[in-house]
Amino acid sequence: MKHVKTLNNKTLKESMKKGGCGECQTSCQSACKTSCTVGNQSCENPER
Amino acid sequence: MIHQYKNNGYNIVMDIASGSVHVVDDIVYDAVAVLEPVMGELEKPEQIPEEAKDRTKEILEKTYPGEDAEEALLEVQELIDAEELYTKDTYQNYVTDFKKRETVVKALCLHIAHDCNLGCLYCFAEEGEYHGRRALMSFEVGKKALDFLIANSGKRRNLEVDFFGGEPLMNWEVVKQLVEYGRSQEEAHNKRFRFTLTTNGVLLNDEIMEFCNREMSNVVLSLDGRKEINDLMRPTRNGRGSSYDIIVPKFQKFAKSRAGKDYYVRGTFTHNNLDFSEDVKHFADLGFEQMSIEPVVTDPSEPYAIREDDLPKIMEEYDKLAVEYIKRKKEGNGFNFFHFMIDLNQGPCVAKRLSGCGSGTEYLAVTPWGDFYPCHQFVGQEDFLMGNVDTGIIRTDIRDEFKLCNVYAKEKCRDCFARFYCSGGCAANAYNFHGKITDAYDIGCEMQKKRIECAIMIKAALADEE
Repeated sequence: MKHVKTLNNKTLKESMKKGGCGECQTSCQSACKTSCTVGNQSCENPER
Repeated sequence: MIHQYKNNGYNIVMDIASGSVHVVDDIVYDAVAVLEPVMGELEKPEQIPEEAKDRTKEILEKTYPGEDAEEALLEVQELIDAEELYTKDTYQNYVTDFKKRETVVKALCLHIAHDCNLGCLYCFAEEGEYHGRRALMSFEVGKKALDFLIANSGKRRNLEVDFFGGEPLMNWEVVKQLVEYGRSQEEAHNKRFRFTLTTNGVLLNDEIMEFCNREMSNVVLSLDGRKEINDLMRPTRNGRGSSYDIIVPKFQKFAKSRAGKDYYVRGTFTHNNLDFSEDVKHFADLGFEQMSIEPVVTDPSEPYAIREDDLPKIMEEYDKLAVEYIKRKKEGNGFNFFHFMIDLNQGPCVAKRLSGCGSGTEYLAVTPWGDFYPCHQFVGQEDFLMGNVDTGIIRTDIRDEFKLCNVYAKEKCRDCFARFYCSGGCAANAYNFHGKITDAYDIGCEMQKKRIECAIMIKAALADEE
């Protein structure tokens, strides 16, 4: 497209299909301990 | 729902429900805004009504004479057809099943020492004591906590244990024994422990670093930034000497020795250093590559508390930091800032985003004497005492309250563009400011939203390079 550059597609919606394995890191364990940032965690599901 | 903003020369359109993010030019940016009230939220792709198309074209042609408005509208239609614009949030239906889910425990924050060798003014642990007494966790209590974790983790293979405090290095021998015990249980139970340590660094030495490099998947190193900033809020216990001088050389050595394993230099900024981008730059100048700086969360009456009036300056700082972040990345001497890291393509699934931080369900804090709380920030608040290492979880009502606490349970989150990035924010902050976990800490929300906007703009800027 000429006017639009898409950084990512409908990944959130897609993740409903194979998500929820629960193997990812708990967000507060990584660095914050006082806020909550889930969006920057990594998915660890090899099936996705 | 969509969210549009301009930052650092980039026009961003976020489609919240699908998770799509688009960088667009001015004409499409305006077209998307004009069409939003007409299109609303779509369960499946629809054509832009002819009448709306004509009206939008007219508006665009006035603002952008000589530009191809027709073409811009075709591209908007293309995004709609791909279900990447104006999509409806349908996850609410998913939440009903989600509420019925059986939760397992997969992470513990072990308060290995309720004692500390620094006297940080903003400490929510009250210099390690958490409204209680000084205490060190015994190996026996820690072992029972690990056994509880293994027994209650269901099929989860990855288990996380953070050694926290107070200052965990004040009880280092027990940390080592617990790591050894945890490792000895992995094979028999088909589990993998990820140990992490959060330390102020005062007692760090070569032996500890070597052990951590072998056993700890992440270490969080507390430091606030520039020397005068750090020493103001993180004084030594006797008030003599500079904690910065004691700690920085050790952290530099430690960071270098991690050899690819995670570490974060983690600071807190307060009303005293609203120019915190300087502190982040200072971390980078000291040679650190992974860092985080968090806004202080404290009683609003404290002189160093962050107030609403501070927000414009804080927003400016995040913008400045984002520009510097891009500049250094492009120059090849970049660093990672925790809150600017965002994985747009392979980030957390919807289930994760709906379950939030997991406090009270997947994640529990354990006191030195073995009591369970929903997270480290609730420790010492007796209304949230959930059980202990001998009895297990007795207050299942507390667990269930946390289990149901998601973005749809929070009035303030329902129409917020950031809801799938912060997942409703920190329950402890909500409780401390409003008395209930289903509320939200408003100042924190504003900062969180800004960080997300910056993080996405950074993605756009770095994608320009590719």
